Amino acid sequence: MLKTFKKGGVHPHENKFSANSPIQPIDPPQKIFVPLSQSLGAPSKPVVKKGDEVKAGDILATGESFISSYLHSPVSGKIENIDDFIDVSGYRKPAIFIEVTGSEWNASVNLSDELKEDITLEGASIIQKVKEMGVVGLGGATFPTHVKLMIPQGKKAELLIINGVECEPYLTSDHRLMLEKPREIITGTRILMKALGVTRAIIGIENNKPDAINLLSKHASSYPGIEVCPLRVKYPQGGEKQLIQALTGREVPSGKLPIEVGCIVQNVGTAFAVYQAVQKNRPLVERVVTVTGTNVLHPSNFLVKIGTPVSALLEKAGWQPEKAGKVIAGGPMMGKALLNADVPIVKGTSGILVLNGKESLRPKVQPCIRCAQCVSACPMGLEPYYLARVSEVEKFDLAENGAILDCIECGSCQYICPSARPLLDHIRLGKLKVNQIIRSRNQ
Amino acid sequence: MNPSILYAVITLAVIGAGSGAILYWVASKFKVEEDPRIDTVAEALPQANCGGCGYAGCRNFAEAIVKTGSLDNLLCPVGGDEVMKRIASILGLEAPTMQPMIAVVRCNGSFQNSPSKFHYDGVKSCAFAHITFTGEGGCPFGCLGQGDCERACSFDAIHINPKTGLPEVNDKCTACGACVKACPRNIIEMRPKGKKDRRIFITCMNQEKGAIARKNCEAACIGCNKCVKECRFDAITVSNNLAYIDPHKCTLCRKCVEVCPTNCILEVNFPPRKRTTQSDSPAEITA
Repeated sequence: MLKTFKKGGVHPHENKFSANSPIQPIDPPQKIFVPLSQSLGAPSKPVVKKGDEVKAGDILATGESFISSYLHSPVSGKIENIDDFIDVSGYRKPAIFIEVTGSEWNASVNLSDELKEDITLEGASIIQKVKEMGVVGLGGATFPTHVKLMIPQGKKAELLIINGVECEPYLTSDHRLMLEKPREIITGTRILMKALGVTRAIIGIENNKPDAINLLSKHASSYPGIEVCPLRVKYPQGGEKQLIQALTGREVPSGKLPIEVGCIVQNVGTAFAVYQAVQKNRPLVERVVTVTGTNVLHPSNFLVKIGTPVSALLEKAGWQPEKAGKVIAGGPMMGKALLNADVPIVKGTSGILVLNGKESLRPKVQPCIRCAQCVSACPMGLEPYYLARVSEVEKFDLAENGAILDCIECGSCQYICPSARPLLDHIRLGKLKVNQIIRSRNQ
Repeated sequence: MNPSILYAVITLAVIGAGSGAILYWVASKFKVEEDPRIDTVAEALPQANCGGCGYAGCRNFAEAIVKTGSLDNLLCPVGGDEVMKRIASILGLEAPTMQPMIAVVRCNGSFQNSPSKFHYDGVKSCAFAHITFTGEGGCPFGCLGQGDCERACSFDAIHINPKTGLPEVNDKCTACGACVKACPRNIIEMRPKGKKDRRIFITCMNQEKGAIARKNCEAACIGCNKCVKECRFDAITVSNNLAYIDPHKCTLCRKCVEVCPTNCILEVNFPPRKRTTQSDSPAEITA
């Protein structure tokens, strides 16, 4: 009996077209655009200016407030400008424009392919290194990793969970990383365990990746504290609260974080980035991005430098723009449609999905038939039909009491609704307004 | 007569009288003393309970007036000057003279001026479109055209024109402010109706540099300052690449409208005149 989370969940088609495509590097174009806001929290402050020459790995911007992160240059080149540029948000935001001249690295970075499994740093130094190398959560939320590793007073970490689930349809970047860099991931896991002071780690992987499960189990067997656990294929198993519930049976209380039940969850890509940062002194400047879709000629997994425009990836994978309806950053459940192909890849971009015209169209919205499929599907045990309605009529006190802030925005409700009602869209707006109300209440 | 009937009647009479006495006693002991003027003032109000005054219905407004004992900053937009004068005479206060106000739409990013560069397929809500992207025309400050203002209005005074994609205000507007609150981009402003119902204002909210603003919309304010230089009454200021006309200083001379290179200043309810500048004039709102 495979483990799974108890409440809700849906089963969209997996469509993992790119699962067998090995990770290929992709050369950056002549100009890249590195947005200053690539993590949750405050945007980074630039420390370079127009005209500066930079090498790959040099610091471009620092994180000044508590929740913010460092940004490094992915290429060697010249800073052309610091100006607004379109990004994933759909708005123009400040970014650093770099004219690419090559890929000469900062001398402190270890560029060798040698596998380094000995961990020489101590806990606090690991966290400092992770901060300086700009590592953020690569599962999509981009929460600064060093902040997550700093356990608040009064709480204790007992278990590290590595999220290798990748439940979002179409995306295969984590899968390929697990197949191609298993020992680095295990070392990254051990580094995180040392930083947190825990002796147990579980790597959760969905059962549609048997090759990854076997490979990582084999490499983890040398370390008794690390266990690999296969999970039933169900969306959103990769949500951290669902993952904790499936692996440990513990439920994170409403409004609280995983540390409340002694768990810390990190994405498998983050574990790899931690290995690179701590063992190789290599800052986070690139990531694996899946490029996929029904009409994409070669669904692929690319190793992309941050700041590369999406168009470069689409051209290399081969797409048919006339047939494209939407270009989505992320997956079909939680991704966001892009305004154009100039948008640069950032730390949080796990995949680019091209939907054709037919796949992009939303069916006509019809009245709610009170079937409660959304209630059955919600993995957080909420009532989406109710929360969407009270958000629509702006009764935000009812939304707050209905635990709208517990919504993880997974989209299961909108996916399963037979009337094609935009439940998540209304709930997102409701969450925004409730957060604004709470902020003004606390002032 | 059957004695049972007699007993029944007497019992009921006693209960009835007893209850009546208790009720009378309770009513007089717990009576809420209320200023009788509240009733008179409440009667003078239009009873629309629209909330345009900023209070929860006409009775609540009447209470507020009588409690504060002054008419400062209090106005029933539906009843207008007439009703406020009547209330003033009831309470023996100075009748305030408020300038009649009206909602104006400070965007001219129509389908023609700001052609659609993207197709929005989401919920028909400006609030939602605003957190999703810049807008189909590409301007991050412009009207999203999904009709939140139209839905907020309880007076049938503002409607999205399907040809332009922009809202238009007619003379049913009572300046209650519902549409101003509903617009997530603060595009609608409450301005004085003006002498002869004429007003002049900038139909743009874009704060981006002129060249970038123009890329998305032909009727954008580019912050060139020509209007500022032309105005003899110091009514216009430019900040963050955007001009703004102070309605209390503007004398409606129309000189700024003539010199604006992008035609982003709108003159409402003026007689038409020969234009010396080329390119399309902004939408002429005649109400």
